[in-house]
Formats: sequence, structure tokens, C-alpha cells
Amino acid sequence: MKNTIAQRIADFLKDFPPFDRLTPTQNLFIAQNITVKYLDKNSFIFDAKTPLQPHFYVINKGAVLLQTEINGVDKQLNKYDEGDIFGLRAIFAKESYSMTAIAEEDTILYCIPIEIFRPLAENNRAVGQFLIESFASNTEFPFSTTQQETLFGNATGQIEMSEELFELQPTDYIKKVVTASPDMEIRKVAEKMTEKNIGSIVITEKGLPIGIITDKDLRNNVATGKFGIDAPAKDVMSSPVLCYTKSISIAQAQLSMMKHQVGHLCITEDGTPNTKLIGIVAQNDIIVKKGSNPTILMKAISRTNSTKELRRIRKKTMLLLKGYINQNIPMTLIMRIMFELNDATIKHVIKRCLKKMDSPPPVPFAWMSLGSQGRKEQLLHTDQDNAIIFQNVPDETIDEVRSYFLKLAKKVNKRLDIIGFDFCPGDMMAKNPNWCLSLDEWKHQFTKWTTDTGNDEILLCSIFFDFDITYGDATLTSKLADHIFEITRNNQIFLSKLAASALRSPSPFGFFRQFLVEQDGEYKDHFDLKKRGLMPITDAGRVLAISYRLKNINNTAERFEELARIVPENEELFLSCSYTSKALLKFRTKHGLINNDSGRFIELETLTKEEKMKLKRCFKTIGNVQELIKVKFNVQNF
Amino acid sequence: MSSWFSKNTYPKYWLDYLENFKNPLPKTIRENRFVVIDTETTGFHLDLDRILSIGAVIIEDLEIKVSEGMEVYVKQDKFNPETVEIHGLLRNEKVKTITEEESLKLFLDFIGNSIIVAHHAQFDIGMINSALNRRGLPNLKNKLIDTVDMYRATQIKSNLIYKRKTYKLDDIAYDYGIDLSDRHTAAGDAFITALIFLRTVNKLMAKPKFNLKKLLKL
Repeated sequence: MKNTIAQRIADFLKDFPPFDRLTPTQNLFIAQNITVKYLDKNSFIFDAKTPLQPHFYVINKGAVLLQTEINGVDKQLNKYDEGDIFGLRAIFAKESYSMTAIAEEDTILYCIPIEIFRPLAENNRAVGQFLIESFASNTEFPFSTTQQETLFGNATGQIEMSEELFELQPTDYIKKVVTASPDMEIRKVAEKMTEKNIGSIVITEKGLPIGIITDKDLRNNVATGKFGIDAPAKDVMSSPVLCYTKSISIAQAQLSMMKHQVGHLCITEDGTPNTKLIGIVAQNDIIVKKGSNPTILMKAISRTNSTKELRRIRKKTMLLLKGYINQNIPMTLIMRIMFELNDATIKHVIKRCLKKMDSPPPVPFAWMSLGSQGRKEQLLHTDQDNAIIFQNVPDETIDEVRSYFLKLAKKVNKRLDIIGFDFCPGDMMAKNPNWCLSLDEWKHQFTKWTTDTGNDEILLCSIFFDFDITYGDATLTSKLADHIFEITRNNQIFLSKLAASALRSPSPFGFFRQFLVEQDGEYKDHFDLKKRGLMPITDAGRVLAISYRLKNINNTAERFEELARIVPENEELFLSCSYTSKALLKFRTKHGLINNDSGRFIELETLTKEEKMKLKRCFKTIGNVQELIKVKFNVQNF
Repeated sequence: MSSWFSKNTYPKYWLDYLENFKNPLPKTIRENRFVVIDTETTGFHLDLDRILSIGAVIIEDLEIKVSEGMEVYVKQDKFNPETVEIHGLLRNEKVKTITEEESLKLFLDFIGNSIIVAHHAQFDIGMINSALNRRGLPNLKNKLIDTVDMYRATQIKSNLIYKRKTYKLDDIAYDYGIDLSDRHTAAGDAFITALIFLRTVNKLMAKPKFNLKKLLKL
């Protein structure tokens, strides 16, 4: 029999996630089995006392409010409109409803029976993934991994990798590693290698990898007569070995081997030499693919002698980035790879500029990257923020020394601009004499910022606190970092001011139908993703990192991961924050690539339902962490 | 038409239909099963025109059960080209058609003693009754509700406000913000009518002491 109504409902469903991931036949099957409910404005759908229903809801028309009672006051948690699903989490978790659902307008609901839907959801990973994410948005701490386990026993957050991006898949490693003890005689080691027909052997002690002997080691150390064939393996082995977890991607493995100029990596249980060896990755085993892959780009960067060529390479890097984003590669991985490529580019430029100087640097110095590159979050073409720190020198020579470094900085800044890192409009660059200082001058500068703190100082702090060494003498930056911890240790006033500034852009929690958009100017009616999303979460990460004294972690996601580890009582919130920072960055990158701009402003109409949902979830997390900061730093007084 | 059937010689499907009416209807609106119907016809003349299709939607517990709907297309001996534009049904359209009698059988079995709801109910019921009468069968016995009457009952009662005598399906759907995408298929119109019924009955039930009896008397 023809079924016009079911066809109509299926037509509606197919435009909304997760139904957009199902086939027309599957949607028709769902549509044939639903019931339709009509609700007047303010009528009640379910609450904690309602027995668990055998169906969940899709809004066909109208809007639904989810609220919960806290100390006798109804608090709005979420608002849903056309195409949204709700009431599913409780069913999958087999719990009672935890919230109250009320129709905010006259509403038509489609009730989808769970026994019809469950098999479709369980057999379709994309659907499962969507549901996990959407459930997470209804919880206090979206993104929490514990949520996932309660939904589908077997669902995983893994992302399917395509053939083209094979280098981002985990490396295939050799699991049956041939090993020898450190005391084994070289002759026996060589015999064993010959017997097994292998070019390398890992030296282990109690299962832990302590070194490696390769054909090259035997050639260099034994064949030359340096050691006898009866010397113990430990005398000849290369040590220590580089260790990674088994999740290391092919790209990461390649970069690491290149960086350290080795041909082998050890895979251990936790990625450190302190746990048992479970495998080995050899360079020869990795197929180097042609085209735009990170390895080839990295090689190209290190070999070029032309700034124009670097610009071309950077364009290729953007193509690579686009591919990664489109393929939904995990953001952590993308950030690391892009950071390495940016980092290598900047290092290469500095090296080349140093060669162009008349003389070597008069004293040790370090090139610091600030802001997003300092946080390893720079993906798109954004401004360059950098500074120079040089060793203390006597007062009478400081001007001369500074002028050397300013000259260097001018060359570097100019070339970076050509390559695609635009000049910073605020002149936060090493070529500015204010940001080309000796260690003591920098210390003094930070002390001033943190004791006599106004709005400008807070802004400067937010840029300069995220410094990371890109080139040069790490002891200088390390001393500066120590100094900053020293001066902020008991400086409650400064921390509170910094905290207050982290709250200056409130997250648009109620963004749903009243998305906060810019009121005027070029970006009227656009949503400012940087101001409303990225800045609040970055600022929050920074102030918490300083107050918990996290050293050498500038990446926002990593800061929150570390915070989750050291502050177990807030683990869930901090993990959510880590996810949020990655999700927002991905969002910005994606839209920046689409519009070929910085991705800062987003036109609301271009967002899909799913994207809006993701943003909503991010804003909820930001709201939560801002709440925590407000309380922790007693911000009311500032 | 002639009635060579005596009461004793009614066909089995009609006797089965009558059997349903031995059971009284449930007492409350919510407990009742409503069948919302719409017919597409070759024209508006009860004797000369014929039913092209019947769509019916079930409401139970004040929810529309999509799985239990009915949608039949009737084989035509008579064809009126002028109405094709309205209902969009061509005589030779590739939908499965059944005989008029077959469709009546299915329909009677489907509705049982449920309360029938339709927009301008008299017309749809009239068309079905004509078809029954042509076979020597009496009129439908079900209780009837017209969504036009229901809608009118929700409007403000005042002599100062001009009150229309009738409302088109489109007018009410527009007022309620209901999507009109499948207008002019029997099932699509029945679905729109069902949504209008649900919304209107909700409003009526919000009035004090409103009950089934009052609903049936509108």
C-alpha cells in the first residue's frame, strides 16, 4: 500500500542528523512506525517521575525546553527546535528521565520507537557517533568519555581513515621483536641477527628497552676495531632509544625519526622507556608516499634556500590541513603536525637569517613564539607574534647587543610575512625594541605587568604568558618561566585580575534562538567565534595553568588534560574543556578554509544543525569553567 | 438504487461492521479511537461522482499512529477530466487500484465503531454513503465529528466579531502553522486534518467540564 504520510515524515527526517546518515528505505521504515503527538504551548512532555517511554522524540514543529529543578527553582538547561532529538539518552542508559521537558511553543512531535531505531543505530557507526555526541550535550559535562560507555557497549570514538591519508593511521609495528641482554657478547648478538636475518636488535633489561644495536653500530664500533667481538652488547649499543605508544601515527613516526636522525623507534606500553617493549617501528618498513605529506613537506622545508619556495610549501601545507579537516582527523594530531611544520619553517628562516648576518650572535639568545603559535594552536594564516630574549650583558654593551638582535629580528619578521605569517598589527614582534630584551629586562617586564596590572597589562600577559621557545638557548626561556611562577605564586590580586579578564567574554550559553551576533560593522550578524569561543576557553586554560603552576605546557587542550590529571575532583570538567578547545579550533579552521580567511567570523545561516549542536555543547562547557573560575578566584571584587 | 438485499442477505463485511456497534464507546475523549478520513472524488455531486481514493489516519490516546493508517485508490469506470487538476489523480496513474467494493470492505473493517473525524465531514461521509447505498447497504453508523465545527468552537464568541460559517482546510492549517506539502492527496489531507483535530481538541479540553459528549454535539 502506498503510504503518503510515512513518505512525508521520512522526507522531513532525512534532513536532520542522525537520520541524514540513514538510507531512504531506513528512514521510511522509521517513519512508518512512529506516532505523532501534538502539544500545546507549556504542556508537559516528561519529567523525573515519568516512567521510561519506549520512544524518543524528534521535533517536527515548535520548540521544547529541557529544565531541571535546583533548590526549588527551575533552571533551563537546553532548548530544542525543529529537527532536534531529545529523550533518547535515558532510554539508552536505561535510566529514568533526569530532566523535565516542556513544550515552549505549540509543538508537533514525532515519537520514534526505540526498538525500531536501536538496530539501525547500532549497525551504523556514524549514527552511533552522532548520538554519543548529542547525549553528551545534554549532560553536565559534555564530551566526558564515561558517557560513551553507557550508551553502546561496543561503540568507539574511532574515526574511519581513508586510504589517502594513510600516514595518519597508527603505524604498523613489528610485534615479535628480537632482543638481546646487555651482557650478551657482540659475537652472539651478531649471530642472532644473522640467524633471524634482521638489521637491528633491541637490547632489553627486564623487558625494558635500554638500547639498540644496528648493522651500522656493528660497522662503526666493531669492524673498526674499537671493540672486540667479545665485548658486551651494552658497550656497542646506541642508547637511549626513542619510545612511543602503539598509537603513534605513521606521520608522527616519520617526523620523529627525521628529527632525531634515527631509523628505529621502540613501542612500549606507555610510550616511555619505563614500561615493557611491545614492538618496534623501522624506517624501512614505512612506505613514503608521494605528494603532499608531512614528511615530504618537512624535507622540502629543510632543503630550500628560498623564501618564495617556503611560501609555496606553506600553501601546500594548507592543502594538507584542508585534507585533514575534511577527513575528520583527530584535532590533537592535526595540531601537532601543523605545529611541527610551522615550527620547522620558522626555525629554518631564523637559521638562514643568522647566516646572512655579518657576525654570529654576540651572546646566546632565544626566539620565542607567542600567542597561538606559542600554544601550538596556529593552523590558519594568522598574525605572527614573537619576541627575542638574550643573555644578560653589562649595561654599557646592551644597546649594541640589542641592535644586533633587532637587525636579525627585522630579517626574520619580514620573511615570515612573505611566507604567510602576516605582520602583527599590534607590533608584538621581535623587531619591536620593546620585545627584544635581555633576560633581566624580561623579568622586570613581567614583574611590572603582574604588580601594576591594568587592562593593557592583562592583554599583554595573555599574549606573552603563552611563550614557547622556537629557536636558541632554552635555559633563557626556562629561567624566565621560573621567574613568572615565582612572581605569581602568592600574587592573588594578579591572578584574580587575570581570572576576571578570562570572564570578559561570557559564553553565549543561551545561544539557541538568540545566538549572540555582532551588532554592527563589517561582520554584522556574524558570530565572533574567536571572541565568544576560543578566547574564553584559552584565557580560562591560561589562568588555571598559572595558578596550578603548570610549566612548559602552553597548548590549551594539553593544559586542561594536565589539569584533569592533577585536580581529580574537576577531572570531568577539565576533560570537557580540553575537547571544547579542540572542537572550537577545528570549527574555526574548517570555516577559515571554506572562506579563505581567519575563520573568526561565522555566518549563522551556513551552520548545519549538527554544527549548531556542537557549538552549543562547547558553550556549555565554557560556561561551566567560567563558573568555576568565578568561584575559585573570587572574581566578584574585580 | 434498488435494494434487493433484505436485512438477512447483507454481505458478511457489513454484518461484521454492524457487530462492532454492540460495544459501547469508551467514556473519555482520550480513550477513544478516532479515524480521521479524507476522500478524493471525481467531483462534488453525491450521485454522479465517484470516490478516487480514501485516506484514513488513526488517533489513539490522542496520538497519530502512522503505522496504522489506510490509503486506497479506487478503480474508475467514470472519469471526470475537469477535476484532475485539483486532485492530481489521473485515471491511469501507476498506483495500485482496487474495486470500489473492495475499498468499502477495507474501509468498514478499518473504522469499526471508531469516531469518524473529517473536514467538512458531511461531504466525505456522503460520498461513502452513496457508494454503500449503490450496493443496497445503509448509511455509516459511526459517530461523526467535523473539524470545522471544532475549530469554530475555539473561536471567540462575540456578536461583534464576524464569524465565518465555514473554514477551508488550508485556512486552519495556515493558522496553526501546519505544513501543507501533501495537500490534495486523500492521505495527506487526512493527516493535516488529524493534526488540526489534535490541536483543536487540546484547546477544547482545556475548557472546564469539556467532555466527549460535548465534543460529539459541537
